[in-house]
Amino acid sequence: MVTITLTVNGERAEVAFAPHKTLLEVLREDLDLTGTKHGCELGECGTCTVLLDGTPVLSCLVLGLACEGRHVKTVEGMAHAGRLHPLQETFADLGAAQCGYCTPAFLLAAEALLATNPKPTRDEIKDALAGNLCRCTGYIKIYEAVELAAERMRGATLGRV
Amino acid sequence: MAAFRVIGKSLRKIDAVAKVTGVTKFADDLMFPRMLYCKLLRSTEPHAKIVRVDTSTAERLDGVIAVLTGKDLPIPFGILPVSQDEHALCLDKVRFIGDPVAAVAATSEETATAALDLIKVDYEPLRAIASAEDALAHPEPRIHDYGDSGNLHKLIDLEFGDVEEGFAEADLVREDLFFFEGNTHLPMEQHAAAAVWSPDGKVTLWSSTQTPHYVHRALAKVLELPPARIRVIATPNGGGFGGKSDPFSHEIVVAKLAMITGRPVKITLTREEVFYCHRGRHPTLMWVKTGVKKDGAITGMHFRSLLDGGGYGSYGVASTYYTGALQTVTYQVPRYKFQGARAFTNKPPCGPKRGHGTPQPRFGLEVHIDKIAEQLKLDPAELRLRTLVPPNSLTANYLRVGSMGLGACIEKVVEGSGWKRKFRKLPEGRGVGLACSSYISGAGLPIYWNNMPHSGVQLRCDRGGGVTVFCGSTEIGQGSDSVLAYVVAEVLGVDPFEIAVVTADTDLTPVDLGSYSSRVTLMTGNAAIQAAERAREILAVHASKKLEVPGDRLVFASGRVFDAQDPERGMAFAEAVQLAEAAEGTIGTVGSYTPPRSAGKYRGAGVGPSPAYSYSACVAEVDVDPATGIVRVPTIWIAHDVGRCINAAAVIGQVEGSIYMGLGEALMEEMAYRGDLKVVHKIPSLLEYKSPTTLEMCDVVTYLIEDPDPNGPFGAKEVGQGPLLPVMPAVANAVYDAVGVRVDEVPITPEKVLKALRRKEKGEPPRYGPTTFPDIPWPEPTRVPPPWEGGDGKARATEPRLGVSPG
Repeated sequence: MVTITLTVNGERAEVAFAPHKTLLEVLREDLDLTGTKHGCELGECGTCTVLLDGTPVLSCLVLGLACEGRHVKTVEGMAHAGRLHPLQETFADLGAAQCGYCTPAFLLAAEALLATNPKPTRDEIKDALAGNLCRCTGYIKIYEAVELAAERMRGATLGRV
Repeated sequence: MAAFRVIGKSLRKIDAVAKVTGVTKFADDLMFPRMLYCKLLRSTEPHAKIVRVDTSTAERLDGVIAVLTGKDLPIPFGILPVSQDEHALCLDKVRFIGDPVAAVAATSEETATAALDLIKVDYEPLRAIASAEDALAHPEPRIHDYGDSGNLHKLIDLEFGDVEEGFAEADLVREDLFFFEGNTHLPMEQHAAAAVWSPDGKVTLWSSTQTPHYVHRALAKVLELPPARIRVIATPNGGGFGGKSDPFSHEIVVAKLAMITGRPVKITLTREEVFYCHRGRHPTLMWVKTGVKKDGAITGMHFRSLLDGGGYGSYGVASTYYTGALQTVTYQVPRYKFQGARAFTNKPPCGPKRGHGTPQPRFGLEVHIDKIAEQLKLDPAELRLRTLVPPNSLTANYLRVGSMGLGACIEKVVEGSGWKRKFRKLPEGRGVGLACSSYISGAGLPIYWNNMPHSGVQLRCDRGGGVTVFCGSTEIGQGSDSVLAYVVAEVLGVDPFEIAVVTADTDLTPVDLGSYSSRVTLMTGNAAIQAAERAREILAVHASKKLEVPGDRLVFASGRVFDAQDPERGMAFAEAVQLAEAAEGTIGTVGSYTPPRSAGKYRGAGVGPSPAYSYSACVAEVDVDPATGIVRVPTIWIAHDVGRCINAAAVIGQVEGSIYMGLGEALMEEMAYRGDLKVVHKIPSLLEYKSPTTLEMCDVVTYLIEDPDPNGPFGAKEVGQGPLLPVMPAVANAVYDAVGVRVDEVPITPEKVLKALRRKEKGEPPRYGPTTFPDIPWPEPTRVPPPWEGGDGKARATEPRLGVSPG
């Protein structure tokens, strides 16, 4: 067993695990954060996407050991104080989640996109999400949800200025 | 028409927040104290006798708690009563690479995996059967010791009128051959199941299954336990598409391991194993011959299909019938003959994938009609509009069509896509194609013969105003839990988000047959309406007394019960419940739904009947690069006759998802096999199995046609499968419009387009596709006179066996 300290969804966590474990396994099995899903565990589907220091990564391809001192964000960290993130609101409102299995990954990939590009075009959204497979929606409702959330988040930002 | 308050609105699904917060518990998210991990050892041989399985070394590995082989679970099972041909672990032979042979339960996944390497299996290889043609040519060695002939699992020959007479009357008779390659569901969630045994003799199984009721039956049979001691809970499925509709080996294995070890046992299949579970689209070779008059009227149709079934029966008998069932519900076919054959082969078993057995013939039929229209110099939209099956009619094969909105669908996509200015008028390399389809809103008959309802609902009213709905239906992402809430909310006038929904738990919920055949909205919807209306009646009696308003004047809406003529005069819904509860005791009702009896009485008439048929029309626009053969689809226009939307956003979501999956089947998805014998899966991974990403997905313009069907809940028909069907033929027809070559085979890969273009350049027939249909030992046909020839739905007694009714 190895022990590392990292920040998960804004909180410091110390976690012990077998050294061969991937970040995906550490999150699901050792930190009980089962919101992060898996579709292949081979880096092919994007279903296990989480944010590592703000960048989307495939958690099935990252060793837990590589995360010492780093910041990991999972879907459990998106809502704050019982209030959904704007992306979660629009995914729910527009039907961007059908079976919901790939949804956490899409939400995080979209959040990373909007952090650097608050007004993405449809093509930029497609590019940012091209590594995530969804078998239910045909992606269209997902694009619409990202666009609506981006609009609302821009509005919120302007409102604060 | 009364204005609806809930029905038709684009509301959130009731589980949407759980899905977007990652709270939804899928099967692999379940963890139990002292849980063991299960792994399956799978066959490395495509076809072999098992000589010996030695598990002794594996059993001695530290951390291994139990090892199972076939002899521990010797009772066969299978989804259809006529195909009980699977064993949880292979007993005496293996039938495909990936067939489960042994199982290990260990304290960690790593230990279980290591133990698999220590199990020695001695095989005696048998000749492998690689394809349906191979099965025809080689009746021996038999893959199964049952079936209609040699390695032919099922042979069907049905005749509805004299097609030869139809061809004689025709102005044009055309024959075509088509091939539809197999493909798979590819749900993002790998199958998983967990079981817990209680020392009081009860086992509970959680599984990502679309059909907990059938899993319950299979477990009772194989484990030899009374059903009342087995509880099956279907966890929300992370996508199903038909791939989680069979009872599976791994579900039975973990239940048995839990019983033996007394500890919770979980299995999660690897992505590779999901490809071996398969049950996807049957590779299907088709031949169709149709006679038409100059105006396009069909005089007779003869359709043949040959299905490659893989190693087991699965739903295959039904799939085979489905390749011949729904040709008659779109365009009028006065005389119809269908011959279908399913072969056993040494590959992962095929079964039901979205559209179950009907996308293959629909592809063939719609391309065939496109060719006929061209020969008759008719616009293919116009030809179809002229030959539509009328609403409220009976087809040649005794399918009862109710509402029929295909005409409106065609008109919508023709107008929306700019068809008339595009068809045969776009520059070289660009084209448009049109195709139509229809699908069942639930199978008219259950999978095992019985007279009980197909769906049951229990409803409980709480004195605080809450309502709980219990139903065996299974949420697979299509929104079935939400449909229950919306329907009950509409009837009782309460907020759908204040309704608790309990589903898919055989201990708690009345039987619903499962999430397959697009049956759930119609069947559970009707059962829920019945339960809710019964509750409303009870509440109305007591509210009416208290308010001194006649019961038939009461309105249930906005969480209140009030006088339609004086809305101020009313009470809260909760108060109505309290009055009723005080007078009558606890308020609970039940509802159930049984489909209407089917009109056909012949053998085989069980596949095809449905309470209602949905209709779709689709126009695809394509860009074909003649240098590479790459086909791009910028836009698809689709109109779908859904009867009535229960939730407009969810309906559009199903349409878009269907278009997506159809696009994948049209352009790239295929279960491809390699090796000398072509029985080794060509790298069973999400990378090698090509499916559309955001970069391939087309734009979709959706039109919903709402022509309420009297059999549907508030008039609703299916939407989850039907809109997939026209995509493949629409794309194929568009490729022809773009570059003048026919690719009569799905998927339409660049390689096939290029080969057809080369042939065109050389002056050869500009086509890629099958060229022959093999000779098949068809049985004596079952002859059923169509309704307009005085038929009553029964088969005519065959001449050699006078007096014997084959019906």
